[in-house]
Amino acid sequence: MNNTNKEIWVYAEQENGKLAGVVFELLSEGRKLAAKSGYTLCAVLASANGKPMHQELFNYGAKKIYNVEDPRLEIYQNDYFSKVVYSLIEKETPEIVLYGASTIGRSLAPTVAVMGWAGLTADCTELDFDTERQCLLQTRPAFGGNIMATIICPDHRPQMSTVRSNVFKKERVSEHETGEVVDVKIDLSGIKERMKRVESVIEEVNTVDLKAADYIVSGGRGVGSPENFKVIEGLANALGGAVGASRATVDAGWISHHHQVGQTGKTVCPLIYIACGISGAIQHLAGMQSADLIIAINKDSDAPIFDVADFGLVGDLHQIVPEFTKQINALRS
Amino acid sequence: MHIVVCIKQVPDSDKVTIDRETNRLNRAGVPSIINPFDENALEMALQLKDKHGGKITVISMGPPQAEEALRTAMSHGADDAILISDRKFGGADTWATSYTITLALKKLTEPVDLILFGKQAIDGDTAQVGPGVAHFFGVPMITYAKSCEVTDAGFRVQQVTDHGYNVWDVEKPAALTVVKEANSLRMPSLKKKMASKKAVIPVWGVEQLQPDETKIGLAGSPTKVNKVFAPPVKLNKEILSGEPADMVKELIYKLREKKVL
Repeated sequence: MNNTNKEIWVYAEQENGKLAGVVFELLSEGRKLAAKSGYTLCAVLASANGKPMHQELFNYGAKKIYNVEDPRLEIYQNDYFSKVVYSLIEKETPEIVLYGASTIGRSLAPTVAVMGWAGLTADCTELDFDTERQCLLQTRPAFGGNIMATIICPDHRPQMSTVRSNVFKKERVSEHETGEVVDVKIDLSGIKERMKRVESVIEEVNTVDLKAADYIVSGGRGVGSPENFKVIEGLANALGGAVGASRATVDAGWISHHHQVGQTGKTVCPLIYIACGISGAIQHLAGMQSADLIIAINKDSDAPIFDVADFGLVGDLHQIVPEFTKQINALRS
Repeated sequence: MHIVVCIKQVPDSDKVTIDRETNRLNRAGVPSIINPFDENALEMALQLKDKHGGKITVISMGPPQAEEALRTAMSHGADDAILISDRKFGGADTWATSYTITLALKKLTEPVDLILFGKQAIDGDTAQVGPGVAHFFGVPMITYAKSCEVTDAGFRVQQVTDHGYNVWDVEKPAALTVVKEANSLRMPSLKKKMASKKAVIPVWGVEQLQPDETKIGLAGSPTKVNKVFAPPVKLNKEILSGEPADMVKELIYKLREKKVL
């Protein structure tokens, strides 16, 4: 591990020639790590046709792109993509590799880690570089988010992490950055095709996209019943936002899992997150803590949700939320 | 058809709290359960067995008390169980865990057609062991499976994606991780519950699995825990109380002051 290449790689996940949003978030965070470590920030792009995506990768801070093209890389298939990424790692020996914790990343990263006896830390919420020990500090919630743990990887390289979307903010450097493109050929002809995608369906979920919403109003056990979610919807509509929910309410069948926010649901990053009747089992907090501003409404003034709130309203949500809706509507009319 | 379901015994994380003064988990009295997603994997196996026959083996790696989770799985309908347990396996991260479970799979005498995992465990939430085992064992892996049907050559699997779903044809043997939307676990039967209590569950440790000892437990784990701490608490918070109308009025005033509304 002493002879590694001083590089930080971001796996540039793409589908149909479109880069995933999390790639830009990882590059933006990767720049900070690069500045602190002195390593070079690079993107790894495996696709059927990578060139049209290069400019955007440079614009978000990649100094170098490892570009692997092959018709077999048209759609994601774990056997091909893990072979590509692992071959590149073997050849170039980077220090750090970051992946989005998407369906693809959560399949690719563990496979690559096993192939190379590399350390992999899932769902990091904070990354930092320890200049003294020259290692990546990977912080993540554990035990359903009840505690935070900082993980290091002292003796194995590369150090690899996955990060969910919306955990880091994306920030473009400029619109005309330049960098180096390294074209790499990797022979995939020897890999037997063990699985074949026969269909890919994009579903229109009939809910406002939680990940894109500026305002999210979420309900927890304190909402009391499925019918009472109307109160939550009322405020979400008045604000032009989306409805979120805690795991308890989803498990109880009060609302569909599409609404679930938390460690096992969606990670969201709205301008304002309003938690109504949510105690704040940190499994939930892990999914919304990066909201710009958090408002908690709860009867129990000791509820842990108040620990992360900017504003706490102690009282009955069934009175406060309709009042909130009324005053917002009055303001907007 | 021989289906192996890998399950993990976990503390019910909804009931775990943290002591803010010592930064330790209050685990006393917190019940142990089968990881909820592993229940979906088990039910998927049971449904495949209902339709096509065969045998279900459940495997768990953990301390001796994980045997309880295996007996529970048998009360729901699993036929056989194996516990992977040895002090030397302690402290394993997902890499070393994947390696160790794979050794157990290789030791099974009956050929395996399908290996099922829950999509992730609720204590670690890593979702890494399924794909890790699949690679070590040398079988194709499909994550986030919602359904699985038997085909001539293997399986047709619906995979939940970030925006919808994919349908895959995968050859057997294969490995899948299963999502909650797939199903919900049936009730245990009284007869099976009685039988599960008497079942003999073999325990496989270092002696039985003959691992490369540099690849197990803490020593075989590339990742180490550097520090554990309580989630941060916001300091500049404002707590309002009183009449709902007044609280809301004050809140809206402050939000507008901050220009977020």
